Amino acid sequence: MRTVIFRSIAPFLTSLMVLFSIFVLLRGHNEPGGGFIGGLIAASALAIYGIACGVAAVRRAIYFHPMALSAFGLFMATVAGVLSVFASVPFMSGLWTYPVIFGVELALSSVLVFDVGVYLVVVGAIGSIALGLEEGDRD
Amino acid sequence: MSAAAPGTTLLVLMLPFLAALIAPWLTRRLGHNAAWVLALAPAAIFIHFLGFAGEVADGGVVTGGFAWVPSYNVSFSWLIDGLSLTFVLLISGIGALIMLYSGGYLKGNDQLGRFFSFMLLFMGAMLGVVISDSFLMLFVYWELTSITSFLLIGFDHTREASRRAAIQALVVTGGGGLALLAGLLVIWNITGVSQISLLLSYGDDVRASPFYLLALFLVLGGAFSKSAQFPLHFWLPNAMEAPTPVSAYLHSATMVKAGVYLLMRLNPVLGDTAWWETILPVFGGATLLVGTLLAIRQTDLKLMLAYTTVSSLGLLVMLTGFGSEHAIAAAVLYLVAHSLFKGALFMVAGLIDHESGTRDVTRLGGLRKAMPITFIAAIAAAISMAGLPPFVGFLAKEEIYYALWATNPWALSFVAVAVVGNALMFVIGFAVAIKPFFGPEVKTPKSAHEGPVLLWLGPLTLGIAALLAALVSPFTHRFISSPMASAVAGKAEIVTISLIPHLGPALILSLVTVALGVIFYRMLDQLRAGMVWLLSAIGWGPDRGFDQLIAGLVRLSVAVTRFVQPGRLEIYMTVTFLMVAAALIGPMAWYGEWPAMPVWPADAQFHELVVIAIAFIGLLAVIYARDRLTAIVSLGIQGFALALIFMLFGAPDLAFTQFMVETLAVVILALVMTRLKLTSADHRPTGRKLIDLSVALACGTGFMLYLMAVTQQPFNTALSEFFSAYSKVVAHGTNVVNVIIVDFRGTDTLGEIAVVMVTGLAILSLIRIRSLRAGEIADNDPDQLGPDQNGKVN
Repeated sequence: MRTVIFRSIAPFLTSLMVLFSIFVLLRGHNEPGGGFIGGLIAASALAIYGIACGVAAVRRAIYFHPMALSAFGLFMATVAGVLSVFASVPFMSGLWTYPVIFGVELALSSVLVFDVGVYLVVVGAIGSIALGLEEGDRD
Repeated sequence: MSAAAPGTTLLVLMLPFLAALIAPWLTRRLGHNAAWVLALAPAAIFIHFLGFAGEVADGGVVTGGFAWVPSYNVSFSWLIDGLSLTFVLLISGIGALIMLYSGGYLKGNDQLGRFFSFMLLFMGAMLGVVISDSFLMLFVYWELTSITSFLLIGFDHTREASRRAAIQALVVTGGGGLALLAGLLVIWNITGVSQISLLLSYGDDVRASPFYLLALFLVLGGAFSKSAQFPLHFWLPNAMEAPTPVSAYLHSATMVKAGVYLLMRLNPVLGDTAWWETILPVFGGATLLVGTLLAIRQTDLKLMLAYTTVSSLGLLVMLTGFGSEHAIAAAVLYLVAHSLFKGALFMVAGLIDHESGTRDVTRLGGLRKAMPITFIAAIAAAISMAGLPPFVGFLAKEEIYYALWATNPWALSFVAVAVVGNALMFVIGFAVAIKPFFGPEVKTPKSAHEGPVLLWLGPLTLGIAALLAALVSPFTHRFISSPMASAVAGKAEIVTISLIPHLGPALILSLVTVALGVIFYRMLDQLRAGMVWLLSAIGWGPDRGFDQLIAGLVRLSVAVTRFVQPGRLEIYMTVTFLMVAAALIGPMAWYGEWPAMPVWPADAQFHELVVIAIAFIGLLAVIYARDRLTAIVSLGIQGFALALIFMLFGAPDLAFTQFMVETLAVVILALVMTRLKLTSADHRPTGRKLIDLSVALACGTGFMLYLMAVTQQPFNTALSEFFSAYSKVVAHGTNVVNVIIVDFRGTDTLGEIAVVMVTGLAILSLIRIRSLRAGEIADNDPDQLGPDQNGKVN
């Protein structure tokens, strides 16, 4: 699998896929997409990069252990739920705010934080399984 | 102080837990002198609750608390009446002394901070047990005492005996706690109330209920295990593996009385029936006799005291079971007296051990001159234990005989039990208090001298308290005995007994007891030899029974695991898929509700047919693939075709996810395959293939029929209309699927991603285990197994 073509294309392919996964994550609220699908795309990106260039390169690239990403995602999702308790509404109610930055109105919400959490959990969990299996390939 | 705000009481109840948090830090700073600071916590609790004494003595009941889970009517609430107040004062008062004593006893132990923490945690739990008004709060604290007791018994965790004793105590008392929970739930169901203060007026309902016996047995299971009633008594003497402060506090003065507390608390609800008045006295009486007889056999000071604790608990249960006015007064007095003298005697035993290096009664003697203060405390406690004036133990014993005396055979047999039991306790009390101090001086492992103030302060204070309680008995009765007896009886009671002896059967029985005691004391060595012979002749006891039970449980679970997990993947998968097929097809066959065959759609478009054809080709490719990799990729073709179908029929989110899942599944399956070093082709024998084929067909048919049946139901549009209408308005999103996932049903998603993460962790560790062991375990390599044992991949 480690052909020259594949190895040369893989970094570009991976970056595109990760970028696309973030795009899918962010558009998810109004059009097809969301944290779960985005996470799956990013996990595939990691798997492809791992197959092409070796697991060590992936681990260097993402810096954190994928399981730590996953745990942080779960933490973010929980925090997004708990936030609403401080706003005196039931657990996990969506909170919205519309700040204007550089003249553009942004819709930020605890729901977005939650979705990013889902994304990270999926990337981390699936990614670490894939990387773990790929690592076994070579020992 | 009285009528304090609920907030203050809550804070006071949390105080031990807070102190437990700072204890290790404080101990690092101050060493064993941290005891002086930490003892302030129980002292503050004592003073706070003393403020309620006046109100409670006037017949008042203080309740308070906070809502906990209001939707289930569960609250964090307390009930302060005569019964709980007496217990709280005993726990916090003796607790303060024990904290000091621990500081002296474990001075220099590098785990002292941890020890203080455990003790304070236990104290908080025990306070919670006796003050809880709500059933569930009672149960939580009840189990917490079991857990802290486990930690304390196993404190010296490098010794196997400690660990065994700790586990034994946890299994017995924790198991009893579960019975108690069930019992409380039964009572909750019968009456509909979950608070003790409300429950007290429902006694008749509970007694008349058909479930009365069930509730009674379950509650007794909890109380008898905690209070070490025969035949569950064995854990208590084993718990003496704990450091002596623990034995003095948990296993004599407080925790083991939780069972008695529970019986006293529920006496107005469960009591006054033939069952209650039979079971309790019989078990209590048996425990009393067995405990004292076993105590005679021992030569270890702590074990002698431990067995008399068992018998005292038996006496208390027996008296509670009689339930008459005087029996309750006697139980109340004896409970207070016992906490004082037994706590003191345990501390004395620890003190002797600490200063002389042994606690074997046959190797001690003549310590009177070396340890004068200890001697005074020991004698005071022993006199109280023996039931002699002018100590509170005398009042208790007089009241016991007064309560028990009657001339029918049933009562007389219990009088006999009580007299023999008391006489034997008289013997043990003096054996502990006199044997080590009188007689010729014996050479001990350490040269004995008086211990530091931290050590003798506790026993001396308790000894003096036992004296004072009797000397000012009107005062004691007004503030302690009468309110407590009233709470136990469920109606106003007045305890009047004083030190002035009354002529009558009670006094005569007392004299008989003393005479018997003196005779037994002189024959102590012969009695001990007799008991040793008798026990070795019997050769089996509940203690060994416990070991056999645990060994049996282990064997059973091994057998069950062997049966459920034979270790062959193909069996797991076959069983799982068979179950799935049965769950799908079974109900349809049972009710005869097969779906109708759908008609071929007349308006099928060409491109739709092409997609279906692709799916079908993928399927054939899976079946006819020569090697596994081709099969896996072909499975991907089939999945992609399915995703296209989703796309064509207006479910882009689903299609999107299906694409990604298919891609990842193919990648991961391929990786797993190379990882497992499977041979590339499939070598299953024909028989096996036929079985797998039929299981696969059954599953597939099942899913097909199920989907057909579902889609043939009239479509309920309520949910889709709701989400279309509110998705934008409420959740500010137009993608209904995503809005449901992250907003409307966000809590579900939170649970699901937690599962995803945990599953990932589990898989990761499985991979790790394999790669670590890959070199060591040759027979784990599937290539070396027979051809029929190759694991299936999908």
